[in-house]
Amino acid sequence: MSPAGWEAVIGLEVHCELLTATKLFCGCRNAFGDEPNTNVCPVCLGLPGSLPVLNERAVEFAMRIGTALNCEIRPSVFHRKNYFYPDMPKDYQISQYDEPINVDGWLELPDSTRVGIVRAHIEEDTGKTTHVGGGGRIHDAAHALVDYNRAGVPLVEIVSAPDIRSADQARLYAAELRAILVASGASDGRMEEGSMRVDANVSVRRYGSDEMGTRCEVKNLNSLRSLGRAIEHEIGRQVAVVESGGAVAQQTRHWDEAKGVTVALRSKEEAFDYRYFPEPDLVPLAPDRSFRQRAVAGMGPMPAERRRRLVALLAGEVSASGLDQVATVVELDLDGLVAAAIEAGIGPALALARTANEAAADAEGTRHLDPGAYVKWLRMENDGILSATQAKAVLAELLDRGGDPAEIAAAKGFEAMAEDSLVAVVGEVVTRSPAEWERYCQGDEKLAQFFIGQVMKATRGKASGKAVVAELKRLSAGA
Amino acid sequence: MSLSGVSATALSLATDVRSGTIKATEVIDAHLAAIAALDGELNAFVHVLDGAAREAAVAVDRRVEAGEDPGPLAGVPVAVKDNLCLRGAPTTCGSRILEGWSPPYSATVLERLVDAGAILVGKTNMDEFAMGSSTETSVYGPTRNPHDLSRVPGGSSGGSAAAVAAGLAPLALGSDTGGSIRQPAAFCGVVGVKPTYGTVSRFGLVAFASSLDQIGPFARNVADAALLFDVIAGHDPLDSTSLDRPLVQVGPCLADGVAGMRVGVLAELVDGVDADVAARVHEAAEALAAAGAIVEELSVPEVRYGLPAYYLIAPAEASSNLSRYDGVRYGLRVEASDVAAMNSATRAAGFGPEVKRRIMLGTYALSAGYYEAYYGQAMKVRTVIVDAFAAAYRGVDVLLGATTPTTAFPIGAKTGDPLSMYLSDVCTIPTNLAGHAAMSVPFGTGAGGLPVGVQVLAPALGELQMFRVASVLEAAAPPTPAPSPPPQGSGGGVR
Ligand SMILES: [Zn+2]
Repeated sequence: MSPAGWEAVIGLEVHCELLTATKLFCGCRNAFGDEPNTNVCPVCLGLPGSLPVLNERAVEFAMRIGTALNCEIRPSVFHRKNYFYPDMPKDYQISQYDEPINVDGWLELPDSTRVGIVRAHIEEDTGKTTHVGGGGRIHDAAHALVDYNRAGVPLVEIVSAPDIRSADQARLYAAELRAILVASGASDGRMEEGSMRVDANVSVRRYGSDEMGTRCEVKNLNSLRSLGRAIEHEIGRQVAVVESGGAVAQQTRHWDEAKGVTVALRSKEEAFDYRYFPEPDLVPLAPDRSFRQRAVAGMGPMPAERRRRLVALLAGEVSASGLDQVATVVELDLDGLVAAAIEAGIGPALALARTANEAAADAEGTRHLDPGAYVKWLRMENDGILSATQAKAVLAELLDRGGDPAEIAAAKGFEAMAEDSLVAVVGEVVTRSPAEWERYCQGDEKLAQFFIGQVMKATRGKASGKAVVAELKRLSAGA
Repeated sequence: MSLSGVSATALSLATDVRSGTIKATEVIDAHLAAIAALDGELNAFVHVLDGAAREAAVAVDRRVEAGEDPGPLAGVPVAVKDNLCLRGAPTTCGSRILEGWSPPYSATVLERLVDAGAILVGKTNMDEFAMGSSTETSVYGPTRNPHDLSRVPGGSSGGSAAAVAAGLAPLALGSDTGGSIRQPAAFCGVVGVKPTYGTVSRFGLVAFASSLDQIGPFARNVADAALLFDVIAGHDPLDSTSLDRPLVQVGPCLADGVAGMRVGVLAELVDGVDADVAARVHEAAEALAAAGAIVEELSVPEVRYGLPAYYLIAPAEASSNLSRYDGVRYGLRVEASDVAAMNSATRAAGFGPEVKRRIMLGTYALSAGYYEAYYGQAMKVRTVIVDAFAAAYRGVDVLLGATTPTTAFPIGAKTGDPLSMYLSDVCTIPTNLAGHAAMSVPFGTGAGGLPVGVQVLAPALGELQMFRVASVLEAAAPPTPAPSPPPQGSGGGVR
């Protein structure tokens, strides 16, 4: 929330690494976490005489992103962005400047707000510098080590219009964009591994004003949480500056996660003059229609459409919290599981809740989850074979190690009560308490809890509450 | 004083090696002996590949003995400019900043040479990063002109031109960004070819100005130049600017003559050059007419804007291409308190004055607020020149002019005056801006008996008609004096 009387104006610049097998301009592996300087060659090390050759797959992925963000896809030109930095092998970055591949798109947030996309262009990533010795920070390190494995990895930089108005909305935008990137197949959107990196341009103005305030660019936002916190802090800082009679200086600022503040990195005057000019080692990029059709072929529906489809599947069983759950499962690419479960006859509310809460809590585990096993697991709870508590324990194991949910349940001693033995126990309990049974049959549903308690006692907790209620209902209907 | 080594042509050497008449080892030994005898004075080579060259020659001989054909350049020694990357061999571009650097890979052209049976004999001297017209800005000192040791061989590929002229190698490779093959070829009395941009792969050529650089051959005669051109030309997937289209071999068409060919004598490349040079161009035009060509005078005034446009575009690209020499990864490093200071100290110590001047020019031309007025404007001029040439080539097949405004000038004559040095490329630059082909053919001598080169210009991919014209000119040319007599003992059994 912005301080009273103030409105924030926010635009985000998101860099995402593309899921190509090789780098943007050479044949080196595009992989995260390998031994430093093992995925390198004369081209991505910028050795004298080496020349770039554009990776077609990267262009296809960029077109997928452009298509997913409703952009106009155009013929484009690569430029050189010149500045000295040790982790940039050529001391210039090959990027796109005034003729980017994707322009003028939009992204729809789960609440149906649209955020404009100014451009989404292709560029190469830099290497990674580690400061070593001394205090280990940039200014007091004894020396620096550079790993060029990341140098030349293909990126798409997605620049939003300044349409975002709060830290929360910025987080929603980043989350939605991540989901779109994942759905397009172009990127894995992992902020924690740096494959999706967000910079925020923040300015403030008085409510009702349509002037733009002086903006600051905030860098080093490594999670959705730090994105939200940093913007919140930056809005507060700028409002305080203006309210105390000062003026916001145009700066690049660094988010200090530990201290929870943004600190000035460099001012407008210190900004680099990048001396952009057309990259003479590459030819203009003008893929024909068939290339573009191939690029986007097989691309599934985007999150907004998938949310609509899931809501339709839920057949009216959606509350406000249900809508949040829909957004969550789509964002995490788990909506396929929910749909499969509903189609297999699992109760929609249960399928959605378990997926949005329990499955979603273990994003890593869901990546190699077998949909068949997952539906089988849901059915066990749905049919009262497992209690909710038992079901969660089985899922944890299923996500962790995989396997057959029935076998996991058996191994945990969650021996599903055979239906006929449950019927027998419920019958016994009912016979033992005729007065309570009488009242239950006359409509006092609170007594269901009493009977569940009795059955649990008799079975040492092995019965499912749901199954007991179902049996009670069956008995009372016949009574 | 003048010098010469081995005089045998590349074609005859290759023919004899392929037929087993002579051994590649004899050929390389003769050339290595010539280098040992003469290069102390010439300074054409910065690095002689004696060991590797001999090993390669032994391998060629083995193949011949085994009944195989090592290729069209079997056993032919080729000298290569020191801005071409050769795996494991020093590649310095005549600069201190690349001291001690050996690339882990080879340029595509060098791979093609080796595949064709050629023997790489050494890396040749050059102006630092190919910036210069006299081979005087090299950290290894100036190369001398074999026709007159007090004069420059031209540049920037002066080492290659001098090596071929002096008989230290029958063939050499250079690179031509604004005339760096043709101008030294003219000064040294040899044939020098700047192919159409995109015809020869630039992969492994250390970049000066990427949109202008092109690798090309030096030879003592047109047929040898054609032989080398036919080997190095062709598509390379490692160079995105390489043209992917079938090339016509020029070698088989050299004798086709020029009857009926339309030749335009380009006024801008004749007017204003020294009288002795202009006289040779007119004689060359007459020789073509005598051979049946239709010769006319014509003017393309736009080429006059070539020089100023070039001196914005080339330095602009160079300023970016040379950024990577920052002391971080290879070559020279001058330690300092932090990375930025180390970058500055390294570049201050590693680059010579001409390279620094061009980096500054180019950085300025690309700077915010100046881009449109300088780089942007120069690119527009480039388009104008391309269009003007296109119009001219609607009426003629080739153009004829001087290669250089003067013959070879004395060492030191222009080092203090960069502008007058830049003017030595005024006749060659327009071809680079247009991306066209052009070559310099020796055509008699000027004042003081120094060689004069006549330039044949052709449109993009016009190498065929260009070489045909060159062949006729060569046949009609007054003899160019060989840099002779050779010192005692040089040349061995191969002459
Ligand atoms: Zn690489």
